[in-house]
Amino acid sequence: MKLPWKKDACSHRLSGQAGRRIPANGIDPDTIIRFTFDGISYDAHPGDTLASALLANGQHLAGRSFKYHRPRGILTAGPEEPNALLELRTGAWREPNSRATVTEVFDGLDACSQNRWPSLRMDALGVNGLFSPLFTAGFYYKTFMWPAAFWEKVYEPLIRRAAGLGRAADEADPDLYEKTTTFCDVLVVGSGPAGLAAALVAGRSGARVILCEQDSVTGGRLRAERTDIDGVPGWQWADRTVAALRQMPEVRIMTRTCVFGTYDGGTYGALERVADHVSCPASDQPRQRLWRIVARRCIVAGGGIERPLVFPNNDRPGIMLAGAVRTYINRFGVVAGQRAIVFTNNDDGLRTAVDLKHAGAAVTAIVDTRTQASDMAQQVAHDTGARLFTGGAISNTYGRLGVHTAAIRDRSGRVRHVACDLIAMSGGWNPELSLTTHLGAKPVYDPELCAFTAGSFPPGMLAAGVANGTFMTADCLHEGAARGQEAAAACGFDTELPPLPAAPRESYGIQAIQPVLQDQAGRDSKAFIDFQNDVTAKDVRLAAMEGFRCVEHVKRYTTLGMATDQGKTSNINGLAALAQQTGQDIARTGTTMFRPPVQPVAIGALAGAHRGRYFKPDRLTPTHEWARQQGAVFTANGIWHRAQWFPQDGETHWRDTVNREVRTVRTAVGFCDVTTLGKIDIQGPDAATFLDRLYINGWQKLPVGRVRYGLMLREDGFAFDDGTTARLGEQHYVMTTTTAHAGAVMQHMELCHQWLWPELDVHFISVTDEWAQMAIAGPRSRDVLRHVVDPDTDLSNDAFGYMHAAEITICGGQAARLFRLSFSGELAYELAVPARYGDALARLLMKVGAPYGIAPYGTEALGVMRIEKGHPAGPELNGQTTAHDLNMGRMLSTRKDFIGRAMAARPALTDPVRPTLVGLRPVHAHDELVAGSHLLPHGAEATGAHDQGWISSAAWSPTLDGWIALGFLSGGPARHGEMVMVHNPLADSQVAAVVCPPTFFDPAGDRLHA
Amino acid sequence: MKSNHYSIFTLLREALRGQTGWRPVWRNAQPQPAYDVVIVGGGGHGLATAYYLARRYGIHRVAVVEKGWIGNGNIGRNTTIIRSNYLLSGNIPFYECSMKLWEGLEQDINYNAMVSQRGVLNLFHNDAQRNAYTRRGNAMRLHGVDAQLLDTEAVRQKLPFLNYDAARFPILGGLLQKRGGTVRHDAVAWGFARAADRLGVDIIQNCEVTGIRMHAGRAVGVETTRGFIGAGHVGLSCAGNSSRVAAMAGLRLPIESHVLQAFVSEGLKPFIDCVVTFGAGHFYISQSDKGGLVFGGDIDGYNSYAQRGNMPVIEDVCEGGMALMPRIGRVRLLRHWAGLMDMSMDGSPIIDRTPVDNLYLNAGWCYGGFKATPASGLCFAHLIARNEPHPVATAYRLDRFGRGAVIDEKGMGAQPNLH
Amino acid sequence: MRLNCPCCGPRGIEEFTYRGDATVHRPGMDAPAHAWVDYVYLRDNPDGWHRELWYHGAGCHAWLVVTRNMRTHEIADVVRAVDVARQARENAGS
Repeated sequence: MKLPWKKDACSHRLSGQAGRRIPANGIDPDTIIRFTFDGISYDAHPGDTLASALLANGQHLAGRSFKYHRPRGILTAGPEEPNALLELRTGAWREPNSRATVTEVFDGLDACSQNRWPSLRMDALGVNGLFSPLFTAGFYYKTFMWPAAFWEKVYEPLIRRAAGLGRAADEADPDLYEKTTTFCDVLVVGSGPAGLAAALVAGRSGARVILCEQDSVTGGRLRAERTDIDGVPGWQWADRTVAALRQMPEVRIMTRTCVFGTYDGGTYGALERVADHVSCPASDQPRQRLWRIVARRCIVAGGGIERPLVFPNNDRPGIMLAGAVRTYINRFGVVAGQRAIVFTNNDDGLRTAVDLKHAGAAVTAIVDTRTQASDMAQQVAHDTGARLFTGGAISNTYGRLGVHTAAIRDRSGRVRHVACDLIAMSGGWNPELSLTTHLGAKPVYDPELCAFTAGSFPPGMLAAGVANGTFMTADCLHEGAARGQEAAAACGFDTELPPLPAAPRESYGIQAIQPVLQDQAGRDSKAFIDFQNDVTAKDVRLAAMEGFRCVEHVKRYTTLGMATDQGKTSNINGLAALAQQTGQDIARTGTTMFRPPVQPVAIGALAGAHRGRYFKPDRLTPTHEWARQQGAVFTANGIWHRAQWFPQDGETHWRDTVNREVRTVRTAVGFCDVTTLGKIDIQGPDAATFLDRLYINGWQKLPVGRVRYGLMLREDGFAFDDGTTARLGEQHYVMTTTTAHAGAVMQHMELCHQWLWPELDVHFISVTDEWAQMAIAGPRSRDVLRHVVDPDTDLSNDAFGYMHAAEITICGGQAARLFRLSFSGELAYELAVPARYGDALARLLMKVGAPYGIAPYGTEALGVMRIEKGHPAGPELNGQTTAHDLNMGRMLSTRKDFIGRAMAARPALTDPVRPTLVGLRPVHAHDELVAGSHLLPHGAEATGAHDQGWISSAAWSPTLDGWIALGFLSGGPARHGEMVMVHNPLADSQVAAVVCPPTFFDPAGDRLHA
Repeated sequence: MKSNHYSIFTLLREALRGQTGWRPVWRNAQPQPAYDVVIVGGGGHGLATAYYLARRYGIHRVAVVEKGWIGNGNIGRNTTIIRSNYLLSGNIPFYECSMKLWEGLEQDINYNAMVSQRGVLNLFHNDAQRNAYTRRGNAMRLHGVDAQLLDTEAVRQKLPFLNYDAARFPILGGLLQKRGGTVRHDAVAWGFARAADRLGVDIIQNCEVTGIRMHAGRAVGVETTRGFIGAGHVGLSCAGNSSRVAAMAGLRLPIESHVLQAFVSEGLKPFIDCVVTFGAGHFYISQSDKGGLVFGGDIDGYNSYAQRGNMPVIEDVCEGGMALMPRIGRVRLLRHWAGLMDMSMDGSPIIDRTPVDNLYLNAGWCYGGFKATPASGLCFAHLIARNEPHPVATAYRLDRFGRGAVIDEKGMGAQPNLH
Repeated sequence: MRLNCPCCGPRGIEEFTYRGDATVHRPGMDAPAHAWVDYVYLRDNPDGWHRELWYHGAGCHAWLVVTRNMRTHEIADVVRAVDVARQARENAGS
């Protein structure tokens, strides 16, 4: 990216921010933007992070720790920050726990400190520190047990209130999110020297390359260091390389995009922060975008994370990672202190002394834990004028809200107190391995690097640069290029390695992870390992003493590494402390699992647009718009929207409407859209045999032009689905399924056909969406239909009786299908027309049916009438019932094989005491029966032991002027006429009811045969 | 050397003397040649079994052998929910027994596992769901378990920030079990380990069972990476590894191992004070004492021993979360992980003898094993000690599949990934 | 995770539905009850390679036999179930 203010010679006006700005590569010093922190307004420059801007304004104190509420400053310059967590923005946009170190400042940004009261400087819960001898690791497991009831009432509310970090917004997130999938040959993660070199070589090969950089700018540590590449500052080389990459059509560079997880099959999750760096997203833009990147090869080049050193009171504001201090100087032009001490166990930390000096700060001491002064240490001490303490250590620090003095212990053990306002510490660097471990690979310890490196890689993954344990810039470039070449070649794109630019080979010289210094500073001092969760070296020692010696135990017992930074800065130091306690080396101690995401990801981004009304797709019937115009009230049936009832003027309660709809059907005619039922068109010579195997009943003898009811079981013998199937031709059937199981039945049939019986010559396809289907029910339905069907179709009872089916024409030649089916128990038909005519059919029926008193009815009236007729539906076909339970045991064919045949014969499925379908009517017709009530013998005590069944469906029957219900009762069919008690303890109600056959209305079926 | 008794007084004493007097929470035991009972699997269920064997049944020569570190399985990677809101009579008494054991657990084992009865609320979104939850709630009540049916207004009172008005599937109400809640999961493993250890049980870590030794059709001990350990009785509590270990005795189980993911957000100030499950998607959530939102959803759906999942389920869960609770959009997912579920063929567990004498099986917990931990331990201990099922676990027989006496709460049939 | 559908090419698993073990075989009409219990309920559930059925519901509607490693999720093979079933028929017939 070309930033407009990046001039080769940094000649610019320095703003007034406490006079701390020096020339730098990452900010625009000529423009001033303003932000607020805890209500106070500050200046910043474009390019600043909140952390750099706060430091520029002299503000080290940025947060409070989790447990002891200790004052904490900015520790890092990256996403691994454990301390400087802030709430950003306000109201519905409030965003807790935001790392100041990666938050880009924009004009008007509002940030607040969190987890403190009343203020950041004066936090009442700082008093917790006084109790720290009590608040050791796991103390809560050992107390708060008495009295038992006090845990929820007293102790836990106190703990909960004190715990937690920032506050989630109180309102729905108003921003938008997007999700998308993309594909590439080579995914490069990280745009430091290794990543850029890899992308450049892979890109030149012609491979499709995606380069992801989580930062707002490319270059990685090249922006943080004064490293020259090819004779120019490294960041300029990075800019030139990126400019070259941008010329390549198959290369895509994505900044502000964190690859957060490795998943199976070369799939990577990535989060693009589209609009977090502006006050609000543009109108056509999401706040963030989730990417699923499918890559044939992935090169992990995400660099490393510096470790703190563990020493007493190492957590005071003003104590920072050495690398971060350099980042603030070189990228942001901010010198974090004027009187600095550098504390390091390696040569890399010494570079901070050089950069501090170069930036005009005084370096008073270099404390180098190594017992032999390296060449670089001597050189740097000489050049900076700092006093070198070889083999020394900082044994304590002082300063309440910011460090002002360090106690330095020299190798002889003598302690000197040295004034300072900044301690830059380096415990060495950890390669950022997370992505290599998400599929289960275990990192291995490299004792030379004093760090874990990738032990093995997931399929298709490679690593380069610091992420791969390669620390010197020249080597990073070389390794990146080689990995880029290798990855491209693996995708079929061969290319030569280009000549590599000249780059330094820096010394590192780490010898060992500094052992914890805790014994020197007295009992009350704390040497922090996990800054955010306040885990100290003492906590690790206590855990080990109590037998928590395995890393996962230590983590869980002390909470080390469980904070928002997931141990990025603390993990290895914790291992080192544990190893020190157990006498094992770090390699044998091992490390805890890194789990995705690498950086926390907003839940909104993972959900994308699938929220609110758009959580799931809307599936609409062909008559939806018409029904809406009729004022229908809709209900959800899976993802279908169905008309539940059609209120008319004067109806004040939905039950009035439903009663009227039922009466209309029972006395005149009504119609209902039943398109949602699954429809499967089945053809072929073996179609009947196929149906035989799917259904419990036989199909060979069904004549053409007839319909039959069928019940399907699962292979375990329980009822799966039911419906009618019509035979339209010799080898042509149309099956209907329930709305709920339409997809499952189709899938089941595919399995049966492709896997169990591939020899059957049959083909089938779902035609649910092809046909609009309308139930037309009521004594006048034939009269209405006569106005619709063409005259050549004889609708008389003799010609087209109950359970007949035909392919017909309507409206003067339009193809349609007519079935004489009845769910309502009335004379009824189902008429199917091509889906595009569904709306027209509804309007036509309203018109031609008007003289007969036609009215549409919804699912509720449909349900009432099917209960009146005792037809099982979803509540009865709930996956727990058998054919026997549904009184359909006699349908089970004994002459053929079918799915579920064998298992349906198991003793427990044929046990006569199983709850079996019955009807129930209250003794007092107006006593409400409630679905979900349980059935107990009359007079029995209301206990589980007496529970004999339940009500599955209940309705007010306007036809019978009373409540009716379907239910399952133990030994039910033998108990017709018995009085049982219907218990609904949830509503504190009991109703006496009489058991009856499940068909309440017209049991002989005279009406449907009319 | 036995672990200290825990109380505020012990804490104060140790605070004054610089935390020097703490003893290991459990001994790092070395395997003895033989035990009365060897429990394979140092998870919650195995440790609880050992504890109850010693405590309730007087059997102290017990070893728990664990291939890694104790608590490494599902007890340490679940979403910490306890409840007894079951539908079927085969399940309710067992889970209620577990709930009652949770209610007295801390005093029983002298370890604060932070049993927090903050309520479990199952939301429903259509009439059919309400009817199903009514049936369930009434079944609970008839069995003496607490249950309440809330309407939309009552849910709104309790959780005002849910999505009521712009929802694809509006909230019609919920079934609330007030006694349900959460427990600090790791502490359950440690607490049972400590309590069992104090009663003489040997907890043997880093000791992987490699074979089950049989003699004349009886199990007589286990081969391990640390040698043979003789046993009068061998109990398998191996969760997702049940099939693997049972195969050592030649058994095939009605179990598949599946992966279930779980999720935690960054820490937040408390705002969700109960467990909530979404009825129109796969999403449930609670907030831990530390402030993290702990949530989950459906299993990934394919057999796996990998302890990790994939993106479709992660997205599905977060979609459910945003549909239900749109205020969490800017809250960040901190970490997601997965456990191995021993998914049984009917969704319910097995606590039973096996066709091999002296070999006992405790498996098939699906994604519901955590809440069952104390009762599972108690019932398994009872079975091993008495050689007959505990009265609340009589339905959990291995032969129920042959008989057809399945306990299928969801009615999904013999397909583990649908339970 | 991605499956290389023989009909449609490599697709994300969100397009597929899992069914389970593809090594169990439906017994014949006259098989004893225990054979049915084995078929419906008992599984090897191996910690390693597993042949399993997946359904490409959001694609070609083919049932597939996938050879996948339970420990690593590595996929060795994806073939159409119908081809496997027909081959088994042929083998049984010959």
